[in-house]
Amino acid sequence: MEEFIHSKFNYWIYVLLMMIGLWGMIAKNNLIKKLIGMSIFQTAIILFYVSIAVKEKEANIPILPHHGHDYSPLAAAAHAGHGDGDGGHKDDNGHNASPEGHGDHGDHGHAGAHDPKVPVPNEFANPLPHVLMLTAIVVGVATLGLALAISQKIFKHYGTLEEDELLKKVRADDYV
Amino acid sequence: MKVFTGIIVGCIGMLLLYGVNDTGDFPAWGDPDSPANGSEISQYYITQTIVDTEVPNMVTAVLADYRGYDTMFETVVIFVAGIAIFSVVRMMEDSGWHAPEFLRKPDLVPKHTVRLLVPVIQIFALYVLVHGHSSPGGGFQGGVIMGASYILIALVWDLETALKRFPEKMAITTAGVGILIYAGFGFAPVLMGEEFLNYGILHHVLPGVDTPQMARYYGMFGVEIGVMMTVSSVMFLIYALLASRGLMKKGL
Repeated sequence: MEEFIHSKFNYWIYVLLMMIGLWGMIAKNNLIKKLIGMSIFQTAIILFYVSIAVKEKEANIPILPHHGHDYSPLAAAAHAGHGDGDGGHKDDNGHNASPEGHGDHGDHGHAGAHDPKVPVPNEFANPLPHVLMLTAIVVGVATLGLALAISQKIFKHYGTLEEDELLKKVRADDYV
Repeated sequence: MKVFTGIIVGCIGMLLLYGVNDTGDFPAWGDPDSPANGSEISQYYITQTIVDTEVPNMVTAVLADYRGYDTMFETVVIFVAGIAIFSVVRMMEDSGWHAPEFLRKPDLVPKHTVRLLVPVIQIFALYVLVHGHSSPGGGFQGGVIMGASYILIALVWDLETALKRFPEKMAITTAGVGILIYAGFGFAPVLMGEEFLNYGILHHVLPGVDTPQMARYYGMFGVEIGVMMTVSSVMFLIYALLASRGLMKKGL
């Protein structure tokens, strides 16, 4: 049961947020409340995308640990050219990709001195949905600002933000 | 109307819940082989980012290099939104609206708290920008933090004080220059015979850079600087225009 809830919880919240946002956008009369509904709807989509990027428990954030030194072919090549006397020093925990793996900072040069580690896809979360949502959040703020600006202009012109009063006034304007 | 909306929203919610829970099509939670996670392109980003670009943060690399074209136009969208807000609400003459008088004088404690806080926030914004390659961060995040520092000044003092630090004309110019920096970094490879935004070729001209990978690394950094300039100035511009009802003085 716990496993079932755990595996579906994010998606339930996403559906709930989406319903709240949709309700706000359709049923509410005030333009600002409609915008709040739109923002909640947007949040639901963001939650959905980020939930999709999750992998099994072992997966980490999509950033290579130790500034990528263990993984970089360039760093490995530079170190190999620097001094290849310590050939026997290949580290044994080289396959552990967790960021808090080995603590001493002194040896980040010799880790994988000769062949860089290749990141295992299952050990890192999917970066693509994160990228898409990163830009979507900031663009969402900008477009929300534009919507607020237009609402402000409407309020200045008609003196109300309630949709039904607004429609009446707009129609009265049209017939005159 | 409320009943009608309730039926629509309920139906959509039921359909979504059914899709999430009961059908076999929806991938299980955290499935590494789901279509999104197991696709070739996602795996390529994870395994090859460090080989292609030397950037440990895959999100930054995908954002500014592999999908640089997309990000460039996202930045343009932000710029256009800022310009649109400017043209919708900006009023050049006073329409008689004034902020209430009691809002004008800042209190002692918030004033000095902000005086101490703002430089730290701005340094942190630059830190987030510069460390976007090896930790979470980048141009968008740093830009929003930088814009927030000016908004904080405007909130605690008043809008004029903030506009003295970051004038309106400068904000619009900076937003445009940010886009130009981005597009310039995209156009430089074209001059050298590569594709638009293909920074790898720039290792011939960038000083102190001798491999295409490091050229991509620094190309991404330049692009992020452009993004930060646009985002921070547009964020502050949005606040300033909305808070002063387009007058750009005597705001909240």
